[in-house]
Amino acid sequence: MQSRHIDESPIRFDLWRQRLPNWLQRFLPSGGGSHEDHHGKGMFGFTVFLLSESIIFLSFIFTYVALRLTTKNWLPPGISGPELSTFVVINTVVLLSSSFIIQPAENALKHNQLSKFRWLWLITIAMGSYFLVGLLIEWKNLDFKITTGLVGSTFYLLTGFHGLHVLAGVVLQIVMLIRSFIPGNYNKTHFGTSATTLFWHFVDVVWVFLFSLLYLWRT
Amino acid sequence: MTHDFSQEMIEDRESQNQQGNTWREYFSFNTDHKVIGIQYMVMTFIFFLIGGLLAMLIRAELLTPESNLVDRPLYNGLFTMHGTIMIFLWIIPFNAGLSNYLVPLMIGARDMAFPLLNAISFWILPPAGLLLLSSFFLPNGTAQSGWWSYPPISLQVPGDQFINGEFIWIVSLVLIGISSIMGAVNFVTTIFWMRAPGMTFFRMPVFVWSVFSAQLLQLINLPALTAALILLLLDLSFGTQFFKPDENGDPIIYQHLFWFYSHPAVYIMALPAFGIFAEVLPAFSRNPLFGYRSVAIATLGIAAISIFVWVHHMFTSATPGWMRMTFMATSMLVAIPTGIKAFAWTATIWRSKLHLETPMLFAMGGAAMFIFGGVTGVMLAATPFDIHVNNTYFVVGHFHYIVFNTITMAIFAAIYYWFPKITGRMYAEGWGKLHFWLTFIPANITFFSMHPLGLQGMLRRVSSYDPQYQGWNIIASLGSFLLGASTLPFIANIVGSWLYGPKAVDNPWHATGLEWTTSSPPPRDNFEEIPIVTRPPYDYGNPKYSVIVNSDNSE
Repeated sequence: MQSRHIDESPIRFDLWRQRLPNWLQRFLPSGGGSHEDHHGKGMFGFTVFLLSESIIFLSFIFTYVALRLTTKNWLPPGISGPELSTFVVINTVVLLSSSFIIQPAENALKHNQLSKFRWLWLITIAMGSYFLVGLLIEWKNLDFKITTGLVGSTFYLLTGFHGLHVLAGVVLQIVMLIRSFIPGNYNKTHFGTSATTLFWHFVDVVWVFLFSLLYLWRT
Repeated sequence: MTHDFSQEMIEDRESQNQQGNTWREYFSFNTDHKVIGIQYMVMTFIFFLIGGLLAMLIRAELLTPESNLVDRPLYNGLFTMHGTIMIFLWIIPFNAGLSNYLVPLMIGARDMAFPLLNAISFWILPPAGLLLLSSFFLPNGTAQSGWWSYPPISLQVPGDQFINGEFIWIVSLVLIGISSIMGAVNFVTTIFWMRAPGMTFFRMPVFVWSVFSAQLLQLINLPALTAALILLLLDLSFGTQFFKPDENGDPIIYQHLFWFYSHPAVYIMALPAFGIFAEVLPAFSRNPLFGYRSVAIATLGIAAISIFVWVHHMFTSATPGWMRMTFMATSMLVAIPTGIKAFAWTATIWRSKLHLETPMLFAMGGAAMFIFGGVTGVMLAATPFDIHVNNTYFVVGHFHYIVFNTITMAIFAAIYYWFPKITGRMYAEGWGKLHFWLTFIPANITFFSMHPLGLQGMLRRVSSYDPQYQGWNIIASLGSFLLGASTLPFIANIVGSWLYGPKAVDNPWHATGLEWTTSSPPPRDNFEEIPIVTRPPYDYGNPKYSVIVNSDNSE
């Protein structure tokens, strides 16, 4: 039985890539020629991983919102819930502004400005650590624990899981900083720093959502 | 990750090239995708045997209406472990292993995108599996709440130890989940970035499409299960109240999160099986795959629809009416792309001269059984019917038609089909055919009997039942013992042929596809030089492939 050559098909599905914007085309390479682009490949994989990670956060947020909407007595008697204090706001501002420090750091590395990169990177580490310490202080001063009703369960789950991600980000940053002192280890397209930077932005964006849901949503 | 280790990996690779192929390679931390693929497949097959043994015990218990062989807690542990092992340590990782072996070969790559991550993905599994099995030796036994592990029942563990069966079960599943996510990132990146020149998306074999769709589902849906398990663990061991109804928690949320992954999980298991059918059927009927593009798009379609059907597992969980209606409709929609596939398989072998070697037998058997399992699936998607047979053996029969009679058959087809490529030796055809008939007939006896049982109202997950059900239960049990026995010729054949079989040629089936252009087994870097693809897949109209296959495929 003779088959018609598939490539002669009147509908050309292969053209889908050419209809995408340029940056996306670079992100989704066609077959061949991209095997050597380790940085691009790594960043693609890391982005895919982060999309997957965001589903965990979304699941937790879904749980929190669903429980909160269906629970009559969200706050147990005598518990005021998470408080929007100046302390929390400063913490949030520090974390979010660190995104605007880490990006120039990565750009500095791309332009081979190694010392500028190290300084900005160090400032980012300091800001991330400040946020973590702040979170622990906040936990210590709250009048409810993880076992105190749904408000405690959800609050400590969301802040704790996010805090773990901040911790992971800070650890990654420290590792990259140490490795930047190893001669010959760093070049313009260092995968580790790019991935850490992307991860840090991800953690920050997640915090925007969590902050809104936990502190700005009044009962 | 990979980039930072590239220098080490190159040295690693060179040293391994000098080592040659020894069995020790398979117990080491190796980054070659072919070694990892074999590691996966052999390890998961061992778990398959363990899970099958548990099934034998379950069926032996169900021979009589009384609960007299094992006590109830142990019986609960048996079906929980049987389900967990067969899903999370047999089918899903076996597909990961097979995909690991084949995908780089099929798309013309030298390896996966992240070889090191690949090795880590595999080596998480054996500890996780052993951890799961170790819970049999705990004072209060394994987890007992079924593989769904619904709260609040899963939170009611006997004894008050911190380390209990449920705890171990959750930790083990989270580990397996981490391994799967790593694998999924790897596969998606590999298929996007590592294709050979000219290997456009619409020149990829359908198996690669299937793996791609299945791994996308892993990425999108598996984190929901991880989230559910983390919440369950916090409830179980750390005193939170997410799923505790008596303290304002909501166990239905767990069901939503759980099925948001565990329904697509069925497609994560089934799509590679469909891909295997699409590879094997054209090769043994010497026809191009009918409607290749439609089949490829239908693969993505199944994946897309399967994300939006999870509530059909919860029709009896106090689900509101509008939700029941919506999810009844979406569940029935799945029949459209799967129907496209089934008709494409049928049309592929239509009026062709069939070469009934073992892989073809398994593929045709599996595809035929999929029709039956699919029809009962559409029945179950109808809410009124589902409310009637909810949690009965009808459901068990339905999904065993999918997971065993379809997917495991496809896996056997794949093992026989790629056996010469993977091992460089040929299996014994007679033993293979014996294995097929010993599998096909008892499987139908076993799992068909479950449908009338369920319609008569026998519940699943019970160790004692009303005497009226005994007849069908005896038939099912006898079938299952035969099914258990059928693995013996298979193991004998595979082990014996791997060690002493006749040397296989590079392309024993005269099949298309890049994996057959390499030697058997392929060299460390797969290809002498990266091929340039100019032809569509399944090019069986090409005179190059119009050779009639002889049964004698060895040198």
